[in-house]
Amino acid sequence: MFGDLADLYQEVILEHSQRPRHGKRLACFDASAKGDNPMCGDRVQVFVKHAPDGAIADVGFEARGCAISVASADLMAEVVRGRSAAEVKEIAGKFRALARTGHSENPDDEALEALQPLAGVHSYPSRVKCATLAWHALLAALQGRKEASSE
Amino acid sequence: MNVMRLPKESVAKTLADARADFPILGEKVHGVPLIYLDSAASAQKPRAVIAAMLGTMERQYANVHRGLHWMSERTTDAYESARMAVARLLNAREPEEIVFVRNSTEAINLVAHSYGRGVLEPGRAVLISEMEHHSNIVPWQLLRDERGTGLRVVPVTDAGELDLAAYERLLAAGPVGLVSITHMSNVLGTVTPAERIIRLAHEAGAKVLLDGSQAIVHRPVDVQALDVDFYVFTGHKLYGPTGIGVLWARRELLERMPPFLGGGEMISEVTFERSRWAHVPHKFEAGTPAIVEAIGLGAAIRYVEEIGYPAITAHEAALTEHALARLASVEGLRVLGQAQDRGGVVSFAFERIHAHDVATLLDRSGIAVRAGHHCAEPLMRRFGLDSTARASFALYTTSGEIDALADALAKVREFFH
Repeated sequence: MFGDLADLYQEVILEHSQRPRHGKRLACFDASAKGDNPMCGDRVQVFVKHAPDGAIADVGFEARGCAISVASADLMAEVVRGRSAAEVKEIAGKFRALARTGHSENPDDEALEALQPLAGVHSYPSRVKCATLAWHALLAALQGRKEASSE
Repeated sequence: MNVMRLPKESVAKTLADARADFPILGEKVHGVPLIYLDSAASAQKPRAVIAAMLGTMERQYANVHRGLHWMSERTTDAYESARMAVARLLNAREPEEIVFVRNSTEAINLVAHSYGRGVLEPGRAVLISEMEHHSNIVPWQLLRDERGTGLRVVPVTDAGELDLAAYERLLAAGPVGLVSITHMSNVLGTVTPAERIIRLAHEAGAKVLLDGSQAIVHRPVDVQALDVDFYVFTGHKLYGPTGIGVLWARRELLERMPPFLGGGEMISEVTFERSRWAHVPHKFEAGTPAIVEAIGLGAAIRYVEEIGYPAITAHEAALTEHALARLASVEGLRVLGQAQDRGGVVSFAFERIHAHDVATLLDRSGIAVRAGHHCAEPLMRRFGLDSTARASFALYTTSGEIDALADALAKVREFFH
């Protein structure tokens, strides 16, 4: 009945939105930032714990939002573990391009491969911000800011 | 006023064939027929409105109230006949009580500015309700922040109705200058008990503004019978174009209120020392107005009158009853509000499926609904929700479309489980 919606709501997305593995506030964290999408009311708060070398040891989040925004936050939390702030910034840029165009420059890149299920949002312009919200919050946290807006 | 003459075939004689008057309803989206259940956000336009606007621009158009030439005079006639149509619709005492604005938001801002800052006695509060649209909240917050005008909020009951006991307590809790309340909630569909609200406010020495953005679409409104002081609505929800709305107020109030915007059209004399204002309503219509849009609104009103409120109200009451019954049988779906008196607006939410996901899935079935906080965040918070999906009905909505919505919602639930 919902035709090509399977492209948007892939099994991976449904799984991560209904049972997010990182959907919780970290017991102890070094940085945190909120993201807010006033147009649709989606809200996310991202918590970051750093390793001694400055890389990301763990990411957790609390979200109130649609399946896309929750699944994207959860996939992000998996992908950024063990990476430096510079690497996260680079992945965030590539992911934004993926969400907007449906294509990525290096689809073989391990991180982008994991984020590929979200490529379907590019056909739904009003939902791209749902997918990128958590990334904006994470980048804000890594820059020491408390809040990010989605765009 | 030959500009207003409409092609005969475009005028619906009865509600049953009204659907054919709305060209857009024949469109397909995603390859399936459009099921438009978002009329409370903005209604679709009948051919009569489109023809009136096109006809104006193609055959009879100039600026109003200034050119001493044939085109300007004819356009002024058409523009002022739209004002007469609004006066007739609201049963206003005279067309001079009708002020054309852009929309309800601008009308409320005009009252907050001109009445709130110019007439309202200091020390008197403004009363609004918990189910207001942001447009009937924020202008009063601006007034409060600027002037210290008190702002009190009447709560809403679990059933989604105005808490009248609390309303009486708030009226008694200190001097109130103005009660500004919706005539029908854009989220819950609740129709508020206007007569009672107005009587109690007047007994307490307060004026009343009713936000009729939703109510006027579904029910006849008689400002004299209601004994209300201000009434506002927007054209585009009443099958008219965007960019045109109405403020009605008692003439004596309009006379006492200072202008809102300054400029052309609203003056009778300008020198660099001082200016004198034009008479009402022109005092409040600075600059070239939305001429074509006002003429379009006039056509929309004539269209609604042709079909008649009795038929529209009965049709929408039947649709709403049908929708409430069908939605109640969708597993896991919560419908907001059980007001005794309600119009054709129904908000609903699944426990574990976000409204935006619901709206995206429905869209693929051709069904257009609104999802979000509906510009009524305080009300959403009152019901413990961030967002809902909302289906809203119009004179062209069919019960088959509501069946399609209920069937699709059942499928949405399956999709996410």
